Amino acid sequence: MRASLFITCYNDTLYPETGRAVVALLERLGVELDFHPKQTCCGQMHANTGFRGEAFSQAKRFVQLYQDAENVVIPSSSCVAMIRDQYPGLFEQLGNETLRRQFATLVPRVFELSEFLLDKIGVEDVGAYFPHRVVYHASCHGVRALHLGDRPYRLMAKVRGLDLATLPNVERCCGFGGTFSVKNAEVSSAMLAAKLQDVVSTGAEYCTALDNSCLMHLGGAMHRQYAGMKTIHLAQILASTEGSPAEAVA
Amino acid sequence: MSQAAGHHAILDPTLAPPFPQAALNVLRNPQLRKNVTHAIDVIQGKRARLVAEKTDWQELRSTASAIRTHALENLGFYLEQFEARCTAAGGHVHWAADADEARRIILDLLRQENASEVIKIKTMTSAEIQLNTFLEAQGISAFETDLAEIILQLGDEEPSHIVVPALHINRSQVREIFARRMGLKNLSDDPQALTAAARRYLRQKFLTIPTAISGANFLIAETGSVAVVESEGNGRMCLTLPRTMITLAGIEKVLPRFEDLEVMLQMLARSATGERMNPYTSLWTGVTPGDGPQNFHVVLLDNGRSSILSSPKQRQTLKCIRCAACMNACPVYRQTGGHAYGSVYPGPIGAILTPQLMHMQHAQSLPYASSLCGACYEVCPVKINIPEVLLELRAQVTDQERKQAVRFFDPMYLGLRIANLLFARAWIFHAAQRLGRIGARVVTRKDGWIHSLPSVGGKWTQTRDLRGLPSQTFHEWWAARGKEAK
Repeated sequence: MRASLFITCYNDTLYPETGRAVVALLERLGVELDFHPKQTCCGQMHANTGFRGEAFSQAKRFVQLYQDAENVVIPSSSCVAMIRDQYPGLFEQLGNETLRRQFATLVPRVFELSEFLLDKIGVEDVGAYFPHRVVYHASCHGVRALHLGDRPYRLMAKVRGLDLATLPNVERCCGFGGTFSVKNAEVSSAMLAAKLQDVVSTGAEYCTALDNSCLMHLGGAMHRQYAGMKTIHLAQILASTEGSPAEAVA
Repeated sequence: MSQAAGHHAILDPTLAPPFPQAALNVLRNPQLRKNVTHAIDVIQGKRARLVAEKTDWQELRSTASAIRTHALENLGFYLEQFEARCTAAGGHVHWAADADEARRIILDLLRQENASEVIKIKTMTSAEIQLNTFLEAQGISAFETDLAEIILQLGDEEPSHIVVPALHINRSQVREIFARRMGLKNLSDDPQALTAAARRYLRQKFLTIPTAISGANFLIAETGSVAVVESEGNGRMCLTLPRTMITLAGIEKVLPRFEDLEVMLQMLARSATGERMNPYTSLWTGVTPGDGPQNFHVVLLDNGRSSILSSPKQRQTLKCIRCAACMNACPVYRQTGGHAYGSVYPGPIGAILTPQLMHMQHAQSLPYASSLCGACYEVCPVKINIPEVLLELRAQVTDQERKQAVRFFDPMYLGLRIANLLFARAWIFHAAQRLGRIGARVVTRKDGWIHSLPSVGGKWTQTRDLRGLPSQTFHEWWAARGKEAK
């Protein structure tokens, strides 16, 4: 099976270890990967801040770059949600018929990582080993936009050594919300404080998610507060094996 | 002595400070925040249990949504039908294009009655047009009869929720307000004692004031009826004792058929208070000789609703049945309560309704008062896609900014415009990453983290660190790996 990796702008810049883990994981499972060097951003930040024209040009770019891909894998649930939920409206308003047709044929081939593993490859046990207590932050887009449901839990259940903690109020937002985190920094911080209290109460060593943007928010507060916890993208846990443990970061 | 509420700027969208600024006052108020989270946790818990017992909840949501959509898409027809049926039953229907006209119509009706006092059933719409303040200035005292509204009126407080307006005030604070305003020094904070005090206060109003003002939960076109749902029965008192009843209702409140209530009442009670059925549902149709008010008027208020209706994307805002499930589920409201929204309509529905009703320039910050987490849409009994409308409004704010001076100096605006240039070409994006890596060295500490950033970035680092930029981006790693393989 072939797949094109859309790494997303902030993973490329800030969290390359997540991308490397996706590569290690999918190649281990026999997926032939390619990476389009011209990719940049899905347009979510612009769309969510009201810059519709700008978001449209990035959406158009995405469709043009990936229209021939067999599958597109994206290790960021909010970017997948952007593509599925917001591209249709943007193309309806600003696009033409050709673009809408190209998108309609492309979108069924666009997968969030856990969707790709379970729905496309059909693998639950990816052969991972991660001997730590872990808490999973479900992320708003994962829960309410992509309806990932039990997918991440099924994957984690098969990771040897992983001790999964239950997160209270798991469906509640961490307060990131993209530019919301600076436009409404104080309210965002209050939401973050409440979320962090729940996360830390689990006694886990790692907080994981399928979206590094929430983890950047949570991890930033953990570091500031010496919370004794780290964040790690689920791809890195799933890539981790006895022979090649998750890359230690910072 | 007048007890009608004075005018406050905090819930006037034309005067209220922007959301982030208004929220600050609340974030630093531990008592208020505790009251808010406690109250919404109780309601949320009850709602979750009662929604779970309805196995056809999603079908009910679809039906409720379809009823409301149909009513709005044929609003002119159903309003005229309502007017005809209500008039035939002995009621008088008045049309008000805006708040000013509605206030004048109501004032004229009260003057005809020679009323110097009026009792009120809880109505958010009257707060929207700031009716109490207006009447006060005309020498007419308006007395609220809903328990929560009495607390607010006597305490000189503002509502912070549309179903539980005094949810930010706890029992001991109610005791203090009642003791002070009713002159009951030894009043205890026992709920029974508090309600008994309110009852004594209210009975005197009910028995002496012959004119009442109500809102409406629903107007029924088929029968010309008005429906009000409530928990206490004080609304029922206003509907039985007075001689004259004036109902103020937004034009969007209309339902086509009487049987539509079957769906709506199920959704409303479960969503609003976590009850299978609300305790009091009052329906009245025109005038019945010898029973209830003998003069009945309905004031149908537009006040910006027609313009919302004209936009296909924004129209769904008017489907709202004012259940408040969205604010109870909202993680932002959970932290800020209602006052930060600067309007009688707080929470996610307020964040989309207020800017549309009151014009954007007065409420530019509200569409951004959301992390777009989607919890509001998930619980909405009539399926209003609030995040979608928020995005629509944000796009309108940005389109205004494109024409304003703000575009030359606002760091957020400039940052997003520059980011768009970077994302348009990969080579520019990659050059910016390399430049950023060099620039970040200045602010990155020895531990590899950034603890303080200038400008907009400082908004991030006021409570969070940011990991420093890694020495190699993913695409650089991928390219290097490809070369090694060859």
